[in-house]
Amino acid sequence: MTSFRPMAAPLALSCMLLPALSHAADDVATLRAELQALKSEYNDRVTALEARITQLESEPAPAPATPVPAAPVASASSGASAFNPAVSVILGGTYTDTSRDPHDWHIGGFIPSGGDVGPGDRSFNLGESELTLSSNVDPYFYANLTAAITGDNEIEVEEAFFRTLALPSGFTAKGGRFFSGFGYLNEVHAHAWDFVDQPLIYQAFFGGQYKQNGLQVKWLAPTDLFLEFGAEAGNGDGFPATRLERNGMNGETLFAHVGGDVGDSTSWRLGASWMDQRAEDRSYEDLNEFGQPVINSFTGKTTTWVVDGVLKWSPHGNVTRQQLKLQGEYMHRSEDGQLTYDANSLALSDAYSSDQSGWYVQGVFQFMPRWRIGMRYDSLDTGTSHIALVTSGLLSPEAFPALLGVDPERVSVMLDWNPSEFSRLRLQYDWDDARADGDNDRALRLQYLYGIGAHGAHKY
Amino acid sequence: MSSFVRSIVMLLILAAALPANAALKVLATTSDWGALVTELGGDKVNVYNATSALQDVHRVDAKPSLVARARTADLVVATGAELEIGWLPVLIQESGNSHIQPGSPGYFEAASQLQLLEKPTRLDRSLGDIHAQGNPHVQLDPHNITAVAKAITERLSTLDPSQAQYYAQRGKDFDTRWQAAIQRWEAKAAPLKGAQIVVMHRDQVYLCHWLGLQEIAAIEPKPGVPPTAGYLGELVTKLTATPPRMILLNGYNDPKAAEWLSDRIHSPVVTLPFSVGGDAEAKDLFGLFDDTLNKLLAVLK
Repeated sequence: MTSFRPMAAPLALSCMLLPALSHAADDVATLRAELQALKSEYNDRVTALEARITQLESEPAPAPATPVPAAPVASASSGASAFNPAVSVILGGTYTDTSRDPHDWHIGGFIPSGGDVGPGDRSFNLGESELTLSSNVDPYFYANLTAAITGDNEIEVEEAFFRTLALPSGFTAKGGRFFSGFGYLNEVHAHAWDFVDQPLIYQAFFGGQYKQNGLQVKWLAPTDLFLEFGAEAGNGDGFPATRLERNGMNGETLFAHVGGDVGDSTSWRLGASWMDQRAEDRSYEDLNEFGQPVINSFTGKTTTWVVDGVLKWSPHGNVTRQQLKLQGEYMHRSEDGQLTYDANSLALSDAYSSDQSGWYVQGVFQFMPRWRIGMRYDSLDTGTSHIALVTSGLLSPEAFPALLGVDPERVSVMLDWNPSEFSRLRLQYDWDDARADGDNDRALRLQYLYGIGAHGAHKY
Repeated sequence: MSSFVRSIVMLLILAAALPANAALKVLATTSDWGALVTELGGDKVNVYNATSALQDVHRVDAKPSLVARARTADLVVATGAELEIGWLPVLIQESGNSHIQPGSPGYFEAASQLQLLEKPTRLDRSLGDIHAQGNPHVQLDPHNITAVAKAITERLSTLDPSQAQYYAQRGKDFDTRWQAAIQRWEAKAAPLKGAQIVVMHRDQVYLCHWLGLQEIAAIEPKPGVPPTAGYLGELVTKLTATPPRMILLNGYNDPKAAEWLSDRIHSPVVTLPFSVGGDAEAKDLFGLFDDTLNKLLAVLK
């Protein structure tokens, strides 16, 4: 269209000038000369403009001088897949070298949890591959599924929960299967741990992490100080509880968190949690006095509490360059009920009670971008156990070898390299003194963790 | 124990008894948006900045103090375009505050008001920290601020209709001052047009676009990927023949690589405030641009 405009101009001009030709004959010559002059002038201009147009057309379009403010638009794609949930996958694996056979690893003096504990198998191991799907359901709910595909080709539902989006007054409710808000590390997914494995207290008291199959309600106070309270109840499906063959709930949990900042470089959070559970015929394997396997079981009440603290420091809060993270937790459990010896044949049963505790402290220092070193100290106190079958003289203490033991402890050091937010390579070395015989185990582990898909966001 | 329970109960009563504060509580993800909301909302808003200019807004801890601020916020002002993706979703999730969920009037994203530059044609994390919607470091083009200011004014009026007239008046007043300042800055910055520069991270792209600075290289080979010795060596070879006028750096960047390069190619390092509060002069948005231009122009003298 533009190229027609210069041509149109002389045409229109000629039309306007046409009536002039009817003027006196002596004027005709003058007019003709003027017209000729105009024609040639316009011809020149048209040629110049045409040249300019050709030049502009051959050049790439120049960027607009300033970004043009656009009306707010949704950037989402359309079609049937537009509402697909966010997908992310975490891949992990280890290479493990231990000085002792990891299959006889157990925590001395503590009833075995049957959980996924210890340094893991030797040599190369495929860890859990985590697949997470999450999305808002509607204006009222958000839903998340995390499935763990184990190296043994099993699929486990790690978490599958809904969470409310629209409750008033700072309330949030969550239901389904989820990591309990008990303590600090219980809620943290394995790929976000600062060491390859959980501290001994989590391994001894929960066999790793405690999952609630139930409901959680949290309330956050409307104050500048972070002040959060939560309550949970579930079905007790998980050590140290068991599912009960009756209505009602098991695994009632209460927790409170408080947190804030000190200056612009330091942040902190303190917490306390309490969990009340029931176990019925919670069995574990032990050896009798002749070294033969027997099944013992516990029925009773089990109460666990923990206090936890986390402190993070980064110069001016710039976590990219340097960060120091200190954390520690102290956990205590008391159990009270009946212990049955050799439940499958002798079935001797009498009172049992115990008070056991443990703690860990760890520090992780990101000394330069992408590199972190860390150290952790674990300690467990086997505490006092009262086994009536033993005190009554019916059985000797050696009849319960799993419950014998000195106070287990462990020292771990780690170094990790994080090429990006989505990858991590880690080296960890443990001096592990958890076994009852007191003989030291040394474990060296190399670990990789990769995340693909949706960008994760981590809790404090 | 009972005194602990009593103090908790007292605290709850106090919290419930707090007078309804008339001012809108705004949680801004950066000091720039915080400064803009303060300009536009005056004493009708109560602004808290989640980060300072000395932080890398890509990487921030979702710390308890921020969750607490998100709990009471009436409005969250974020950049969007995935800049805050590693932490803001956690704050919103943990806040238990239904008013600031994305899509609600209490959630505002600046990026949705702008046409972003450098929208990647290929989405692949092997290309570094790229953002699907484009480069999110939008604040250093004052025309972007103009557009975002208009949208924030509208949003404040939506959330607090009784003060709509006040916000409209302040918005108009800010726009008048801002347009005058832009004219002044553009006149002043004319000598910078075409000046060749090297950047650290690709976060001065809007500044370059506005002033016509020509970015000839970045110290990060890919966004968010630190340079290797080999890559720096190549940069030296490439830039020695045609050294840039300056190497641009932000307050929160590690200056080592930039200084190393500067020593070899003899181009000065200019540390820009990048955000409000990035240095003593960048006290507000006007100061941010005044100071940025002064620092850039000082090199040309």
